[in-house]
Amino acid sequence: MATTQSDNDRAVEELDNIPSRLDPRFSVIGPGHDYASVTDKISSLVLTEKVGKGWWFGFGLSFLLTMVLLYSITWLLIKGTGIWGNNVPVAWAFDIINFVWWIGIGHAGTLISAILLLLRQDWRTSINRFAEAMTLFAVACAGMYPALHTGRPWLDYWLFPYPNTMGMWPNFRSPLLWDVFAISTYATVSFLFWFIGLIPDLATLRDRAANKTARAVYGMLALGWRGSAIHWKRYSTAYMLLAGLATPLVISVHTIVGFDFAISLIPGWHATIFPPYFVAGAVYSGFAMVLTIGIPMRRIYGLEDFITMRHLNNMSKVMLAMGLIVGYGYAMEAFFAWYSGSFYEWFMMANRAFGLYWPAYWALILTNILIPQLLWFRRFRTNTVILWMISIVINIGMWLERFVIIATSLAADYMPSSWEMYYPTVWDWAMFLGTIGLFFALMFLFIRFLPVISIFEMRELIHEVSHHSGDEKH
Amino acid sequence: MEKRPPIYGIMAEFHSPEALVAAAQRAHGAGYRRMDGYTPFPVEGLAEAVGFHKTRLPLLVLIGGLTGLIGGLGMQVYLSSVAYPLNVGGRPLVSIPYFIPVTFELTILLAALTAVFGMLALNGLPMPYHPVFNDPRFEMASRHRFFLCIEARDPQFDLEKTSRFLQQMSPDDVVAIEH
Repeated sequence: MATTQSDNDRAVEELDNIPSRLDPRFSVIGPGHDYASVTDKISSLVLTEKVGKGWWFGFGLSFLLTMVLLYSITWLLIKGTGIWGNNVPVAWAFDIINFVWWIGIGHAGTLISAILLLLRQDWRTSINRFAEAMTLFAVACAGMYPALHTGRPWLDYWLFPYPNTMGMWPNFRSPLLWDVFAISTYATVSFLFWFIGLIPDLATLRDRAANKTARAVYGMLALGWRGSAIHWKRYSTAYMLLAGLATPLVISVHTIVGFDFAISLIPGWHATIFPPYFVAGAVYSGFAMVLTIGIPMRRIYGLEDFITMRHLNNMSKVMLAMGLIVGYGYAMEAFFAWYSGSFYEWFMMANRAFGLYWPAYWALILTNILIPQLLWFRRFRTNTVILWMISIVINIGMWLERFVIIATSLAADYMPSSWEMYYPTVWDWAMFLGTIGLFFALMFLFIRFLPVISIFEMRELIHEVSHHSGDEKH
Repeated sequence: MEKRPPIYGIMAEFHSPEALVAAAQRAHGAGYRRMDGYTPFPVEGLAEAVGFHKTRLPLLVLIGGLTGLIGGLGMQVYLSSVAYPLNVGGRPLVSIPYFIPVTFELTILLAALTAVFGMLALNGLPMPYHPVFNDPRFEMASRHRFFLCIEARDPQFDLEKTSRFLQQMSPDDVVAIEH
């Protein structure tokens, strides 16, 4: 029942005039599936004996970059943060840019899992599992930066409030400390939410695995889940509660990350628009990464019946909406710069657009504002190749946004005598590429060993869809 | 001590969630209380049909969240005013607006931990062994079949009568479950 790319293209042309709710390609699940077929399709990706050469190639390349990461971190621990391009005044550079970038990417997973659940959107079902996994791996990559950029990372435990011989306690009035609590909580809650969601699927894998080791491992991880109705009742309650908790959590985490800048005094940082602007930007880049991963994955593993045009269409629309909010944020920054009457604010804006970092600023406008306007047109939202390229462009744009905010504001703030340019070193790039490698290595492992789509929720979806259409699907 | 019945119970296999819910409601109506349904996804109305009504989990989660809230705020107030007062820009030692982010995060953290571990504890998980796994067809419970099991510990249980009662509801299969 898989549809090919050329089928999609022809269908888009023919059906461009039909509203999507009547378009069969935009149904939430492909036709002809029942409880058994969705179970078998998704678990077959895990329980297969042979893994394709493509998987080995992808994992191998990612693992190679992970080794680059290991090398960069080792050199960092030996020599210190001087190996990076950070200087005074640009004391924060790639370390914080990449931290914010990765955390932002992670936010889409939680939004899809939690917020779309509370809003009862059935199109979340086939994408929430791998999006949540993406969140976990993104948070893992992000968390390394604040931990390692402290200069003496072996003393990071000082960040936590514990009774010590020095009689000292952390400064709770600092956003950097709020980050410690926010990121720790976010990592923990995301992991728990993801794992809880996996338990019934691990039970499915336990029951279907032929290999003894696989059965034993999945069996232990499934905690003995047997699908008891009473257990399901408590499980659904816990799941809904976690969704309700994760929703304000995800908004608060990137707000607190935005506070890292907004609580300061630097022109271009000290803006009250930062919390909502950062959260919208996070969702923007997160959905872009979900599409960057999801579009090849659905093609390679034949999941077009589960991740349909409806999902791609809806995700594109969310991205477009978030992109418009981010664009509004840029416009407001420019407006504040003029309306405030502050010479320093005005200079900050002029410096961003026409100063020595002007290529970064205009690349940002191109990648974050101009190119994503293509998403207004259904032709582009439903063309998987173009959508994939747009999603990569958006992620580059969101990285540039953090670069522009951090590097330009720090390089030229209040006193000209303190001005200095920032240039990244090879170790900055090595560590960044290394984290990208780690992220994809973890994604490949996830695809290999765990179900990329939530099996029990897909069965629930089949149940709901068959009830709506009136016929029984077994 | 009560002698353990020779078998765990009788399991009936159904083709659809609706058939299972109807069967469970009939069994409950006939007076059976010790029973449970086993499904590959949560089925609405089934827990109520087998007699389970209220879970304590939301209350536990609320208590967990409040612990995080009071603990987090209290910790910060104490540490910032008594244990290690820091004059940061002349701001008050107990500056509540600054304490909100950490308080909020700790509320969410404790509530989430309670939700997860509370749910697992109330469900008795991990429980690697359970008699229902002795049914060779039970692996279908995690794929596409729906089961109803009436336990032998139920006061109304009788091997012949209960089997015939379950057969009346035209299941796919009825088996006795060993311990």
